[in-house]
Amino acid sequence: MTLDIDKTAGPEDTPPAGPEAIKAIPVRHYGRYVSAVVAIALLVAVIYAFSQGKINWGAIPDYFFDHRIIDGVLKTLLLTVLSMLIGVVGGVLLAVMRLSKNPVTSSIAWFYIWFFRGTPVLVQLVVWFNLGLVFTYINLGPIYKDYWSSFMTPLLTALLGLGLNEAAYMAEICRAGLLSVDEGQTEASHALGMSHSKTLRRIVIPQAMRVIVPPTGNEVINMLKTTSLVAVIQYSELFRVAQDIGQTSGAPAEMLFLAAAWYLLLTSVFSVGQYYLERYYARGSSRTLPATPFQKIKASLLSLGRPRGGMA
Amino acid sequence: MTANVTKADSATTMVKSEGVHKSFGPIEVLKGIDLEVKSGEVFCLIGPSGSGKSTFLRCINHLEKINAGRLYVDGELVGYRQHGDKLYELRDREVALKRRDIGMVFQRFNLFPHMTALENVMEAPVQVKGVSRAQARERAGQLLERVGLADKAKNYPSQLSGGQQQRVAIARALAMDPKLMLFDEPTSALDPELVGDVLDVMRDLAESGMTMIVVTHEMGFAREVGDSLVFMDGGVVVESGHPRDVLTNPQHERTQSFLSKVL
Repeated sequence: MTLDIDKTAGPEDTPPAGPEAIKAIPVRHYGRYVSAVVAIALLVAVIYAFSQGKINWGAIPDYFFDHRIIDGVLKTLLLTVLSMLIGVVGGVLLAVMRLSKNPVTSSIAWFYIWFFRGTPVLVQLVVWFNLGLVFTYINLGPIYKDYWSSFMTPLLTALLGLGLNEAAYMAEICRAGLLSVDEGQTEASHALGMSHSKTLRRIVIPQAMRVIVPPTGNEVINMLKTTSLVAVIQYSELFRVAQDIGQTSGAPAEMLFLAAAWYLLLTSVFSVGQYYLERYYARGSSRTLPATPFQKIKASLLSLGRPRGGMA
Repeated sequence: MTANVTKADSATTMVKSEGVHKSFGPIEVLKGIDLEVKSGEVFCLIGPSGSGKSTFLRCINHLEKINAGRLYVDGELVGYRQHGDKLYELRDREVALKRRDIGMVFQRFNLFPHMTALENVMEAPVQVKGVSRAQARERAGQLLERVGLADKAKNYPSQLSGGQQQRVAIARALAMDPKLMLFDEPTSALDPELVGDVLDVMRDLAESGMTMIVVTHEMGFAREVGDSLVFMDGGVVVESGHPRDVLTNPQHERTQSFLSKVL
């Protein structure tokens, strides 16, 4: 082996060229250790307190799949879905009305939103329930006629109360979404000869959905919890059923925890659904679709122990 | 000028503008534009920004309403119907019907971001003309090939460069088989190296005999491809003629000072 060969050593002799990586002692964040210990200690204390309390935890699994509870869960879901449906349809309508050039329709929409956003939903529910004081009968001519009190069932009251209130919030969300779409989109669509309604349906709304979906998911979760207010007007949804069972079974607090667990479970399921919906409407807006939760978990498991970075 | 005369002219005239005025509130942007665009010609509009050339272009397909004067496309009044001496505003549906025949290409492309390149081109024929999806897809594929983007059909606009997006936008406008194409500074938002591809497509289109009105800052394109050229400033036509004459031998002092800055 000559000196000459040494100088032009092959790739197997030298590691790939590049600057030497910095090896430095990282800064120690003592504050972080202290705050982590304090937080864990407090958490343990809270858990301990609950475990020592006079709560019969065993009652919760006993009643978790009780047919009355399941029935209440289904009614809560029904109420959530139908109220949101009324809310979304009403909201889109109100948003289009508010953005319309007709001063009458836009004022009416403004007034509606002002009224329903400005009064508590609990008060609205009770008012709907007691509207029999104003209207004794409901009379739709030859189609339908009945006493108000038998027409206004708890379910209908709940749907009207929650749905009409929700429409006011959804209207603002939809309006923000519609306004977020670049005006050039409408112009391009009009220049191609598309009508106002086609432009709205094919071009503007699909793009507005990106802005509308996240706050709407928020609203769904909010609605799921707000349905518990309906307990005051005798509709046997989850919260009401849990209270009823609590009173008869002698485990009232346990049943509240049970209801809370069910609400948490349902909102978690909705959150996952929302994620996939957002992913669907993100198509075209970024070069690559965001990862699904499973892909994220996989990626973070693979990168455990490695420095962060690279994964955006 | 009576309606009879303009109808008679329509065989050779695509766009006729008579004393067109346009104001945005108190600001008068167009102060009486008179010009004529012949069928099959490439008509270039140049001028400093704020001179009203883009506004005038937008008036032609009624994206802007004119305040005074008359504007005809293919012998028909834009945005209005005339009965005797009375003008009636057209309904939105009637305006949309007329826009089918006028393609427009925007400075900022305005592609629909939630659709692929192919879907962008298919959208109007399917939704407006009621062409079957299969037929529209085939035609869209041909048009994308014509603008050199057959391999990008499945890409979303965000995955395309500016020049590619603008060529898709041209294909999208052509899908409606327009008799007139409006270009509103089609290369102004592009990186210099991407301008050439778009101009090539436009040159090809001009050779096919398409009537084109082009608002542009590309003097080379105007000189090479243009049949007529108008220099606008302050809302009026300052000078017009054949591009070679106007660009090389401007008569008006304002034209001279503008050209000395951009050439």
